[in-house]
Amino acid sequence: MWCYEKRLQFPVKIKEPNAKLAQVIISQFGGPDGELAASMRYLSQRYSMPYREVAGLLTDIGTEELAHLEMVGSIVHQLTRNLSMEEIKESGFDKYYVDHTVGVWPQAAGGIPFNACEFQVKGDIITDLVEDMAAEQKARTTYDNILRLIKDPDVCEPIKFLRQREIVHFQRFGEALRIAQDKLNAKNFYAFNPGFDMCESCEDC
Amino acid sequence: MSQKEQMLNDIGTLDFVLVELTLYLDTHPFDRNAMEYFNHYSRIKNQMEKEFSQKFFPLTKNLAESNKEWRWGMAPLPWEGVCN
Repeated sequence: MWCYEKRLQFPVKIKEPNAKLAQVIISQFGGPDGELAASMRYLSQRYSMPYREVAGLLTDIGTEELAHLEMVGSIVHQLTRNLSMEEIKESGFDKYYVDHTVGVWPQAAGGIPFNACEFQVKGDIITDLVEDMAAEQKARTTYDNILRLIKDPDVCEPIKFLRQREIVHFQRFGEALRIAQDKLNAKNFYAFNPGFDMCESCEDC
Repeated sequence: MSQKEQMLNDIGTLDFVLVELTLYLDTHPFDRNAMEYFNHYSRIKNQMEKEFSQKFFPLTKNLAESNKEWRWGMAPLPWEGVCN
């Protein structure tokens, strides 16, 4: 269950619309390394994570990713407000506009719609945590690429914030992997998959 | 910066400290110093959110007690940003 707070995790107050930029940044809404994929990845993986502290981390990071999704959505929304028809045509935004007007729809910068195949839930704790670490780095690279394309400080600041969060999450997932491995057989981490092979009931049952 | 913006900014800063401490404590569940920090900032944030809700609008449903108008529904939306 979730609670909603009516504020952004980091302020987004963009004064100048820029449809060209919106088309690039939307990749972090619904693209392959975007915030929607990130949130769904962690919130889905947690069910087969047998260690409470790691499942708790997946829940908390998955929740923070929803706040990031809202920030990216706000950036795209504010960059596409009050556009003239000329700006829509000249920026190449017309191809998006024809299907979505200025609504925010989860797609990659290249127009590919969001798809659950952009993330994996393997049900194997080492596999999933290593994917999570890679996902944070891929998102960080995407934000680095975005930062090379923009100059407007109103857009740079929230993007820089989001980039920093990827680095912190990578660090925490690294610790989670270490916690998980400490509970496995040190001579063979792959001897069995505790998300599947260990069928003990939980201590409270 | 108006008082409303300033308070919202402070709440955001306090919440950021709590988000960071939460993730840290998830992987370091016995760090007492971190827990003390968490308890301290959590109290301040709750107090400030209560104050903000009384002066401006409720940030959460827990603070949305209303009588004349439904304050939760009338509150500004986070993605509105500034007028352009």
